Amino acid sequence: MGEKMLMKGNEVIGEAAIRAGCRYFFGYPITPQTELSEYLAKKMPKVGGLCLQAESEVSAINMVLGCTASGERAFTSSSSPGISLKSEGVSYIIGSDLPCVIVNVQRGGPGLGGIQPAQSDYLQATKALGHGDQHFIVLAPAYVQEIATLMGEAFDLADIYRTPVMLLADGALGQMMEPVDFESKKERALPEKTWAACGHGNKREHNIVNSLYISPEVLEQTVLDRYERYKMIEENEVQYDEYMTEDAEICIVAYGITARIAKTAVKAAREKGIKAGLFRPVTLWPYPKKELAALAEKVDKFLVVEMNMGQMVDDVKVATDCRRPVEFFGRTGGVIPTPNEILAKIEEMNGGAK
Amino acid sequence: MISKFNNRIVIICGHYGAGKTNVAVNLAKLAASEGKKVTIADLDVVNPYFRTADNAEELRELGIRCIIPQFANTNVDIPSIPPEFLSVFDGTDFSVIDVGGDDGAIALSMYKEKFEKQGYDMLYVYNACRPLTTTVEEAEQSLRDIEVMSRLSFSGIVNNTNLGEETTADTVEKGIAVCEELSEKTGIPFIGNTALKSVTGLAADNVVYMDNATKQLF
Repeated sequence: MGEKMLMKGNEVIGEAAIRAGCRYFFGYPITPQTELSEYLAKKMPKVGGLCLQAESEVSAINMVLGCTASGERAFTSSSSPGISLKSEGVSYIIGSDLPCVIVNVQRGGPGLGGIQPAQSDYLQATKALGHGDQHFIVLAPAYVQEIATLMGEAFDLADIYRTPVMLLADGALGQMMEPVDFESKKERALPEKTWAACGHGNKREHNIVNSLYISPEVLEQTVLDRYERYKMIEENEVQYDEYMTEDAEICIVAYGITARIAKTAVKAAREKGIKAGLFRPVTLWPYPKKELAALAEKVDKFLVVEMNMGQMVDDVKVATDCRRPVEFFGRTGGVIPTPNEILAKIEEMNGGAK
Repeated sequence: MISKFNNRIVIICGHYGAGKTNVAVNLAKLAASEGKKVTIADLDVVNPYFRTADNAEELRELGIRCIIPQFANTNVDIPSIPPEFLSVFDGTDFSVIDVGGDDGAIALSMYKEKFEKQGYDMLYVYNACRPLTTTVEEAEQSLRDIEVMSRLSFSGIVNNTNLGEETTADTVEKGIAVCEELSEKTGIPFIGNTALKSVTGLAADNVVYMDNATKQLF
């Protein structure tokens, strides 16, 4: 495009995937991410790709498994209840060491919950979406522009580490419109997919894509090897953002759309003479542990702000070794916190409104 | 712009994300400021949030009657049209109807006979910065698709080309070029431009400057 476009977060997910060379999307519609399927249904045929509405979330994730096993880039998307349905398939993809991208445009839960924005799938995404010893990379954009960048990176990271990568957004980011350009993706060296089951042409041994291991020792070794890759991801792929943390006494930790609301609160607090700052994890796994530990040396208190009941609080406590108090403010069930509510909490932590 | 309408019912249509809600809300406010009795109806059956209903409180304070779907901005994921919508046809209010983008125009089709009996203006709101409608050909296709879906005909084209808060005079002018050509191809008059009040330096004189009606989260 070159020129900036005004796009919905959901549309940007689709466009960025196409620009990352992905030509296969398998999904099942659910509010608030349906615009993504609608966009791809119109756009994929124009670029020779396939946008397929599966009969269910379960089949969509297994179509991703089959497609990516052949070495092609593929992705799926859903919102909270639909992601739960995909969990088995994600575990099989991890067990098969396949790359893919999974998008979760979160809504309120548990259960059918609601259609308004939420961040209450944090633990599900970062700790254990499916069964078995596992991790996958979780990217949390806060801007529509950042969706464009991170979606491109997601496919590269998936290929490099042979792992699913989740883009963890929320309904507000999916629905909101902001100017965006697609020029900023950094180029990375990608490994050849020697493992792909794409036809051996009688020139090599056939590849097998599988998550079943007959011998426990072999399975153990496979898991151990996978955890070596996880160690590399934790060393090399942490991303975060900081705002006014240099002299901050009260440091907010927030990700995604909530970080932007918190940023407004930090500015308002600064105007009142309160030394507030914001630390925004961009990768939720790998979590920016070292960086938060370093911050704990400087700040007095942490305030975690999320659209859930405090699912990230323990990660901050562990990263900082509980050296500073960690408080929490959040709204849940699809309610979006306001900058004023967060400011009131900052003032309370600062000893009350002055 | 209001003087250009031939009918008291004005339907705001267009491609997805063209800025119809912003245009509809501002048009209702403008008409009210001119002393008209105004009704605004949220007929959007597409968007779960970021919709006219977000502005209902402000509009009601201005004396504007708001017809909002009962379940707008709740967790009821069912597009619905309030029964009260029919009152648009019986009353005498200047009535602005905000319709969902693209396929959302289907909500209009069941009222075809009523619209035709009362008379209506239907505006095609256009934004050249939106994907899938950047060229004249794509814009014409979307315009015709909406006519088929709604079973109604457009009477005017409005250039609402914008990049949100990053809109400049150049942004708006990019849309003018497309709208002029679109008007020539379709025979539908290009009746004017809309831009946020923050946009300065526009050479065109037929511009309605608008407040940003989009709900601000931060």
